[in-house]
Amino acid sequence: MSILSKLKETIVCLKAGRVTLPYPAQPQPVPSKFRGRPIFDVAKCTGCGGCANNCPAREILVFDVCQEIRILKYLGRRCAYCGRCADVCPEKAITMSHEFENATNSIGDIGQKLELFMSTCQRCGRCFKEPSPLEQLKMKGYRFDDLQNERWIFRSQSYLENEPVSDDIKIEME
Amino acid sequence: MLKNLCKKMFGRSLWVYHANSGGCNGCDIEVLNVLTPYYDAERFGIRLVGSPRHADVMLCQGPAMRSTAKALKRAYEAMPAPKLVFAIGSCACGGGLWFDSYSVIGPVEKIITVNYYIPGCPPRPEAIIYGVAVALGLVEKKTAPVQLKQLEYPIPQYHPSDLHVRDELVVYEKVEKI
Repeated sequence: MSILSKLKETIVCLKAGRVTLPYPAQPQPVPSKFRGRPIFDVAKCTGCGGCANNCPAREILVFDVCQEIRILKYLGRRCAYCGRCADVCPEKAITMSHEFENATNSIGDIGQKLELFMSTCQRCGRCFKEPSPLEQLKMKGYRFDDLQNERWIFRSQSYLENEPVSDDIKIEME
Repeated sequence: MLKNLCKKMFGRSLWVYHANSGGCNGCDIEVLNVLTPYYDAERFGIRLVGSPRHADVMLCQGPAMRSTAKALKRAYEAMPAPKLVFAIGSCACGGGLWFDSYSVIGPVEKIITVNYYIPGCPPRPEAIIYGVAVALGLVEKKTAPVQLKQLEYPIPQYHPSDLHVRDELVVYEKVEKI
C-alpha cells in the first residue's frame, strides 16, 4: 500500500515537470490590466492638479514658482499604484505603465518632476469661469508644498474660503 | 563600492529574515510566494530563517509603527555585521497610505538604515527577485529620476491698437500671425 502510494506520488511529481520560471534571465510578461509605475506626459499635462488632489498617498506635490510656471513632483515612495491619478486626469496625461522592476538603492530614483507652463488670461492675468464638477476637484490659487522635505502642505495661506482667488489683481467690473 | 562588497560578502548565499512591523500581510504573502517552486529562490541561495541572528538580509514589510519600532531596531541590531536591509512594499519605502496617522512613525528608514527599496503595493514576486538580483549585481537597475519640462510658447499681448476694422468686421491682427 505504502509503496503504491509512493509510486503514485512519483508519477504525479514527474507529470508536473519543471515549473520554475527562468525569471531574471528572461523577462516575465505581466497581465494586460496590470498597473505599474505611472508615467507622466508633459506635452499633454495642463497642470490642473487633479492628480495631486486625488492622490490618497499625497505623493504628488504642486509648487507654483510664479504665475507662469508650476512644478508638479511625483515622489512615488508610498505610491500604491491605485491609478486614481490616471482616472481623474482630464487630458489622459498619466498612463499606468507595465513597469514593475523599480528596485533601487536610492529612493529618489522613482520620482518624476514636471515643470509646467501655465498660460494665463492676457487681459486680467487670471480669469475663472463658473467651476464645473471636474473643476471643483482641481486646485485653486497658489500652492506651496514643501519640495525640500517632500511634504504635502494641507492648507495654503494664499487661499481663503469664500474669497476670490485672484484677490491681488483687482478687476473693475461695470 | 557597496556592490563589490555585496559580491564579496554575500557571494554564496543569502539567509533572509522576514520582519513585518505592522503591514497588512500583502507583502508577506508575496515574499512567501518567492520561496515557492514557481519562483524558486533557493537557486540563488536564498533561504528563509527564523532568527535575525542567523540572517544576512532583513526583508522589512510594513511601516515603522509606534508599537513595533523598538522591536524592529532590536532585530536589526541582533543581525551579524555585514547586513543588508530591503524595504519591500510602499509601506516600508515611504510609510504607506496611512503615513500621517497616529500609530505610524513613517518609513522603515527612519528607524534602521535601508539599502534597497522595492516599491509596489504589493510588489510582484518578480519585482522582489529583481531587487535581490540588483543587490547581488546580476542585473542593472532600470529606474532613474525623470525631470521633464514643457516648452514655453509665446503668447501675443492683447492690445486695442491691434484691432482694425476690415470689411465691417473688427479683426484682431495678431491672431493671424500665430
